[in-house]
Amino acid sequence: MKKIEAIIKPFKLDDVKEALGEVNIQGMTISEVKGHGRQKGHTEIYRGAEYVVDFIPKVKIEVVVTDEVLDTVLDKIEEAARTGKLGDGKIFVFNVEQAVRVRTGERGEDAI
Amino acid sequence: MKLGMKLNKFLITTALSLLPLSEALAEEAVLNAGDTSWVIVSTALVMMMTPAGLALFYGGMSRYKNLLNTFAMTIIAYCLASVIWVIWGYTLSFGPDQAGIIGGLNHLFMTGIGVNDLSGTIPTYVFALFQMTFAAITVALVLGSIVDRMKFSAWIVFTILWVTAVYCPIAHWFWGGGWMGEMGALDFAGGNVVHINAGVAGLVLCLMLGKRIGYGKEAMFPSSISLTALGAALLWFGWFGFNAGSQLAADGVAGSAFLVTNTSAATGALTWMFVEWKVNKKPTLLGIASGVVAGLVSITPAAGFVNLSGALIIGMGAGMIGFYGVAVLKKKLGYDDSLDAFGVHGMCGIWGALATGLLADPAITEGARGLFYGNPKQLWIQFVSIVATALFTAIGTLFVLVVTKYLTRGIRVRADEEIEGLDSAIHGERAFEIS
Repeated sequence: MKKIEAIIKPFKLDDVKEALGEVNIQGMTISEVKGHGRQKGHTEIYRGAEYVVDFIPKVKIEVVVTDEVLDTVLDKIEEAARTGKLGDGKIFVFNVEQAVRVRTGERGEDAI
Repeated sequence: MKLGMKLNKFLITTALSLLPLSEALAEEAVLNAGDTSWVIVSTALVMMMTPAGLALFYGGMSRYKNLLNTFAMTIIAYCLASVIWVIWGYTLSFGPDQAGIIGGLNHLFMTGIGVNDLSGTIPTYVFALFQMTFAAITVALVLGSIVDRMKFSAWIVFTILWVTAVYCPIAHWFWGGGWMGEMGALDFAGGNVVHINAGVAGLVLCLMLGKRIGYGKEAMFPSSISLTALGAALLWFGWFGFNAGSQLAADGVAGSAFLVTNTSAATGALTWMFVEWKVNKKPTLLGIASGVVAGLVSITPAAGFVNLSGALIIGMGAGMIGFYGVAVLKKKLGYDDSLDAFGVHGMCGIWGALATGLLADPAITEGARGLFYGNPKQLWIQFVSIVATALFTAIGTLFVLVVTKYLTRGIRVRADEEIEGLDSAIHGERAFEIS
């Protein structure tokens, strides 16, 4: 099992959600986060006072998938989240040791 | 405001027509229903400018943790000025003249003024109330320099003392029969009395209080530019009462004041926007809203004296000077005028007062003639009035602050309160509940 963490532009969330639906991914966790990569922040000017806003709002999606579908899902997310401009985001993949479905007590891939 | 001039004109015509005195008095004592209703409405319009217009305009610019404190200080300034005015403020400003400096105490608690007493063609009560709204907004404007860091108790004491010792004398000088009016200084609706006065007081106050913690190092975002823009719109709306109401009559000059007020506000906003767009690459809404106010401030002393082309020039100047005041001058001089009371009101008030000396057109109000209409002396008079107002305000404000500091044991909040935010530290409330 792998966990995918995708940090994307907030307005791309719906596209990514739809794309994940197409490959039968049934669950995901999302959170509103802030950060920056090579894109850095942007500046805002209020009556001549210039402030650099370092951290830009992003959405983080967490999905746990089986090893077989990992590459398909990665492709789907990548494709759906891309605008081609700076700040499209990053995707990270982690190993997952165990999963539990709380209601039934199922373990492993059955619990995903 | 134009009471003196009207009275003079009236006396001259009376003398010329050689009417019997009794008839003259009978003529003087006539109430004009049109004038009265317009000034009553204007009073309500100007009232709205303080607890609604200014509170939103300033509140939106202050940080999210100090928004309620800014609102509270604005509203409390209005309440205090209202009470002070009817007890001793009115008589200090408009009581019988004492050597051109101050009004006598004959009308404490409005004593001696009855329901049927008139000021010009309107009831004295209406005149007094109209003037009250000006006293209130002037002291509330000072706030712009010091939000985010002044003690609430100190603000209350400051308001009481400042209205009494600084506002009332200056209002008397210009409008109550004092020396500035006698000298011929033109201030239709409060360029000196309201805006230069408030701007300079704000500058003194922010220098005395010191900079906010983290000023220039950390980002200080306005809590809501949308509130500020709405506040500017309400100020604009109320300003029609402020300027066109200052004619104290429903007549042609009031109509002209209405026209030039709107033109200058719009021109101020457009100019500020284009200048900012050019310099900082973006046309900000805060800039547009500030330009509206800059245009309104600048036309205030000139409203009953200049024609349409005068208004366009004044508005354009306002947009440029206001932008310069907040974006260049403040940075150069290094003071922390939090919401630019001096940068906008002080600077544009000075510009408006000078522009009145240049552009006053005698075709609008007889006897008010500026440099461009062949009376260079007017510019000099305006200059003297600006310097005298600024000097008196600076010294008076300093004096008031020293007394306030003594009475409230300091004028600034503790550092931990300032960092926590004044909404929570002073009022125990928060402006937003966002989850």
